[in-house]
Amino acid sequence: MTVEVVAAGPYATIQDFGRRGFAHLGVPRSGAADLPSLRLANRLVGNAEDAAAIELTFGGAVLGFGRGAWVALAGAPVRASRGGMWAPFWVPAGGVLEIGVPYEGLRTYVAVRGGICVPPVLGSMSTDSLSGLGPAPLTAGTVLALGEPMFGLHADVAPQRPISADPTVGVVRGPRDDWFTDDGFATLCAGAYRVSQDSNRVGARLTGTALRRARTGELPSEGMVAGAIQVPPDGQPIVFLADHPPTGGYPVIGVVAAADLPKVAQLRPGDQLRFRPVR
Amino acid sequence: MIRRVGEHALLVETGSLAASHRLDARLRLLADVEEVVPGPETVLVVGGRADQLIPLIEQLDHTPVHDLGGETVEIPVVYDGADLADVAFLAGISVEEVIARHTGSEFVAGWLGFAPGFAYLVGLDPSLHVSRLDRPRTAVPAGAVAVAGAYSAVYPAASPGGWRLLGHTTLPVWDVTSDSPALLKPGTRVRMVAT
Repeated sequence: MTVEVVAAGPYATIQDFGRRGFAHLGVPRSGAADLPSLRLANRLVGNAEDAAAIELTFGGAVLGFGRGAWVALAGAPVRASRGGMWAPFWVPAGGVLEIGVPYEGLRTYVAVRGGICVPPVLGSMSTDSLSGLGPAPLTAGTVLALGEPMFGLHADVAPQRPISADPTVGVVRGPRDDWFTDDGFATLCAGAYRVSQDSNRVGARLTGTALRRARTGELPSEGMVAGAIQVPPDGQPIVFLADHPPTGGYPVIGVVAAADLPKVAQLRPGDQLRFRPVR
Repeated sequence: MIRRVGEHALLVETGSLAASHRLDARLRLLADVEEVVPGPETVLVVGGRADQLIPLIEQLDHTPVHDLGGETVEIPVVYDGADLADVAFLAGISVEEVIARHTGSEFVAGWLGFAPGFAYLVGLDPSLHVSRLDRPRTAVPAGAVAVAGAYSAVYPAASPGGWRLLGHTTLPVWDVTSDSPALLKPGTRVRMVAT
């Protein structure tokens, strides 16, 4: 059983839950940028939630199926030549699935019953765009093997998870909020920030009111987490996503609430977001 | 001081690399801990709920562990790096003296970053503390042995890089097919041997 990538679209990678337990060796976590959408797509086709699937950025892929397969799409909603979002559908032998551009959101997950199988690296099949670990991004002609299904097909359709182009996300203050002026965290939570064109799987780069430092000098390198809002000297924040470096030297003013991080991962360049303090 | 890092992580300020390594060894024994990432003055702990980790960390015994990271790795180095003469010039010493001071430095892998398996080796002879290149190289080969600032390193894989190259080693420091992929882990003692 295989799936052939006829066209990959703007940027497509294999993603699962990523590499855990290797951050101290300089290995990014990686994995799906929007984990709940990967989980959902996998559940819909009876895979283990952490099976590998295809993460599309701005959709646009064409997939060929030599033998028939169940497929599910979750995350950024797209129109496709077969089936629809958030429900398993059957692609017959010889069938081609053409996936359009998302009409909202950024990242669409394509799960195939059985799960994508590529050689795992450090326990994960994920493409890590920062370190280069894992398979290369998909290109036309790539043939992907499929594994064995874990469970039966039980769901007909799942409720849609709304995607906002203007979300407000929770942020926990610190750990390095004391590197900024007294009004720094309030400034972060006051106005809207816009997602810049340079954003990728490493981080969402934001533009908006600059966050000014209260001290000079350099912070010694320290461990980083997904959701960390790191602030380089220009004061424009970066929200770290799945492929973030495991250590960094710029102060982190706050960390996005775990439940809200997938909303950030679905923002397109030009979308905006607001921060709201949470404890 | 223990700082919150979102809902699922804590940053413990240790004040020194040696204290970071001691705490790292203790934290790895705790249940529910997914990641322990030592830095020069901190340790990041990821896993579970941050507020539940705080009392566990406060109860930890911070006394030194015997023979922590006791492993010593000898790295055979061919001193043929493109920047060897420049480093000698910047340090105001001969190439032979650069090699003598690099092989004479007692290195410890402080922490890893920049790339998988890239260990920042502390303990570099102070006379060899030189700035990075003004223009980083677009390609540095795997195994390159380099210095920058207060650190030395072995490039685990080919990558761009701005450190000054002293030589190279054929000893692999990174192997993704291994259960223990990094030869140099936080706390590993390292000695360079000229070959």
